[in-house]
Amino acid sequence: MARNPVTWLGSPTFPQAAHKALADTQLRQNLRKATGTIRGRRAAAVGEMTDWEQLRVAGEQIKDDVLSRLDTLLVRLEESVTARGGVVHWARDAEEANRIVLGLCREENATEVVKVKSMATAEIGLNEALEAGGVHAVETDLAELIVQLGDDRPSHILVPAIHRNRSEIREIFRRRMGVEVSDEPADLAEAARVYLRQKFLTTKVAISGANFAVADTGSIVVLESEGNGRMCLTLPDTLITVMGIEKLVPTWQDLEVFLQLLPRSSTAERMNPYTSVWTGVTPGDGPQKFHLVLIDNGRTATLADSVGRQALRCIRCSACLNVCPVYERTGGQSYGSVYPGPIGAILTPQLVGDMHDPQAASLPFASSLCGACFEVCPVRIDIPSVLTHLRAEAVEAKGRTAESVAMAAAAWMFASASRYEKAQKAGSLARFLARDGRITSLPWPGSKWTSSRDVPAPPSESFRAWWRKNRG
Amino acid sequence: MASSAKEEILARIRGARVPAAAPVVRGYHREGSGGVELFAERVADYRAVVRTVTDVPEALKSLRGKRIVAPSDVPDEWLVDGVTWLREPLSIEELDGSDGVLTGCAVAIADTGTIVLDGGVAQGRRALTLLPDHHVCVVRADQIAASVPDAANPPEPTRPLTFVSGPSATSDIELNRVEGVHGPRTLEVLIVT
Ligand code: SF4
Repeated sequence: MARNPVTWLGSPTFPQAAHKALADTQLRQNLRKATGTIRGRRAAAVGEMTDWEQLRVAGEQIKDDVLSRLDTLLVRLEESVTARGGVVHWARDAEEANRIVLGLCREENATEVVKVKSMATAEIGLNEALEAGGVHAVETDLAELIVQLGDDRPSHILVPAIHRNRSEIREIFRRRMGVEVSDEPADLAEAARVYLRQKFLTTKVAISGANFAVADTGSIVVLESEGNGRMCLTLPDTLITVMGIEKLVPTWQDLEVFLQLLPRSSTAERMNPYTSVWTGVTPGDGPQKFHLVLIDNGRTATLADSVGRQALRCIRCSACLNVCPVYERTGGQSYGSVYPGPIGAILTPQLVGDMHDPQAASLPFASSLCGACFEVCPVRIDIPSVLTHLRAEAVEAKGRTAESVAMAAAAWMFASASRYEKAQKAGSLARFLARDGRITSLPWPGSKWTSSRDVPAPPSESFRAWWRKNRG
Repeated sequence: MASSAKEEILARIRGARVPAAAPVVRGYHREGSGGVELFAERVADYRAVVRTVTDVPEALKSLRGKRIVAPSDVPDEWLVDGVTWLREPLSIEELDGSDGVLTGCAVAIADTGTIVLDGGVAQGRRALTLLPDHHVCVVRADQIAASVPDAANPPEPTRPLTFVSGPSATSDIELNRVEGVHGPRTLEVLIVT
C-alpha cells in the first residue's frame, strides 16, 4: 500500500522538529500573539452561552451515534445525494481519491480549478496529485493562499498561515503578486480580493471540502468567512466535494448543535460570516454538476480502535491547538502533518496506522497531558486519554526507547514558558532532547503516562538537579 | 474481481464493530427570547449597517443614483425612482459591475445576528447576493427567530441556503477579524417594524 500523505514525506520526528522550531523566536512570537488573541476571544464567545456544556454533550452524542451506524448513514447519504442529481464516489485511500478527482477534472477539460480550504484535500495531497496530472489548483482562502504563494506548509487547521505575521505576508504578496501593498490586514485582504476575482468569475471547476453532510437530506454544509467559499460553491459549472466518511450527521436537526459549537470554538464568533448549504443540484442556481467523493484513508482503521475512535468526532475547530502550550512553543509544522496540535497528535498516527513509523509514533508524545485540549473541545474528545493509549501502542511497537521518553520529557518542558526558559539557561535543553539521555525516573506532575506506566525517564542529571532546585 | 471501494469501506466499518450509542440528549436551550433589539445589536457587532425603519420605500431612497440588482419577485414598492434597477437575466459580468443588490430574506436569527437566504421570495439565486459589493437586506420583524434551533429547521432544507452574519471578513492575519474580502464588503440590514 502507498504511504499515507497525511504526514509529509521526510519529516523528522516531533522532538527533532520541535528542537529546531524552538530556536525560531519570530515563529514563537507570532504564535504567542495569535493564539493569545484567539484564546481570550473564544472564552468570551463561549462564556455567553449558558447551555454550552449541554451543547457539547449533544455534539459528542450525535457524533458517537454517527460512528455507531456509519455504514447505514453513508448509504443513506449516497441515496439522498443521488436523488438530487449528485454523483457519489468512494475512495479507500488518498491515491484512489486523487485519481477520482483528477479524472473528473479531465472530464471537464479543466487545467485550472479553484479550491475552498479543505482539510480532507490537504490530507490526501490533492493539489500535488492534480499538478502532476496537469491541473493547477488555486487556493482561494486567504491563509491557504499565503501558504501556497509562500511555497510553505500549513501550521494550523483553521489558519494555515498562522505562523506568518503581517509583514511576512506583505513580503510574500509583493514577491508573488507583484503588487505594492502595506502590511495593514485590510490592505492585504484587498490584494487577495483583486488577485482572485477574475479566477472566481471564469473558472469552470471548483473543489471543496465539507464541514457536515446531512444523511437524511443529502445536504452539504461549508462554513467560511471570506466569501471565497461562496464563490467556489456558486459560480463554477462543476463542483467536486471531498469529504471524510465521518463528517456525517444523521438529520437536519443535528445541525442546530454544530452551527452553535463550531463558530464559537474556531473563530470565536457567534456565527461565521457565511455558511453555505446545498443539496445535490438546484436547476438555475449554482453548479449543475455535483460530485461527492467520500474518503476512508485510515478512518475505518481508526474506527476499529475503541479508545482512539473518538478522534473521529473532531469537527476541526482548532480550539485545542490554540490552548496547547506545546503547540504554542513548537508551531504546527513540527508535527509533520496537516493535522498539528493535540488533535494531530492523536489523529495523524491513527490515520497513518503504523506505529513502526518513527515520525507518526513520536506524535502522541507531543503533549504534556495538561488537559486544556479536552476542556475546550466542543465534542468532548478526551485527547489526554487517547494520547496515553497511543503512547502505550508506540512503546509496544518500538520498545521503551530513550527517544520516546525524551519526547515526553521534551513535551513536558515545552508546556511551561518558565520551565523552558530556565532549562534553556541552564544549558540542559540540548541534552534533554538528545536521544541518548539516560536517567531513572522523574517526578512529572500531571503525566498520567509516566505515573501509570512507570516508564523510565531519562533526562540528564543536570535536568534533575535543575528540577530539584526549581520544583515548587 | 476486487470488490468495489464502496463495498470494502462498508465492510471495514462493519468489521470495526462499534457498539450502539446512547440516545442523544438535547438538553440545550431550544428557544430564546431575543427579538428585534437583540438582532439589531448583534448584526451591528459584525460592523454591518443596521437601520430600523417603518417605511421601506422611503429608506431605499439612499440608493438613488446607483445601479442596483433586484430579484424578479421583490415587491413593486421597493423599486423606487431614481435607482437604475438591474433585473434578471443578468450575466456574471453584469452582477460584478453593479453597485449593489436589494433582497429580502427567509428568516433571521437574533442570538447570532444572522440572516438566512433560501432563494425564496425576493431573494433570487445565490450569485445575486454574492457578486455585488453592497447587499441591502430587508428583514421584517416577524421574520426574526430568537435562536439557532428556532431558525435552523427550514421547511424545505434541500433549497440552497446561505447563512449571512455580517459582511465578508477574514481572521487569517494574526487571528484578528477584518471586514471585506470576496463577498459583499458592505452589508446593510433594514429591519422593518
Ligand atoms: S479535537 Fe476537538 S478541539 Fe480539537 S479541532 Fe477537533 S473538535 Fe476542535
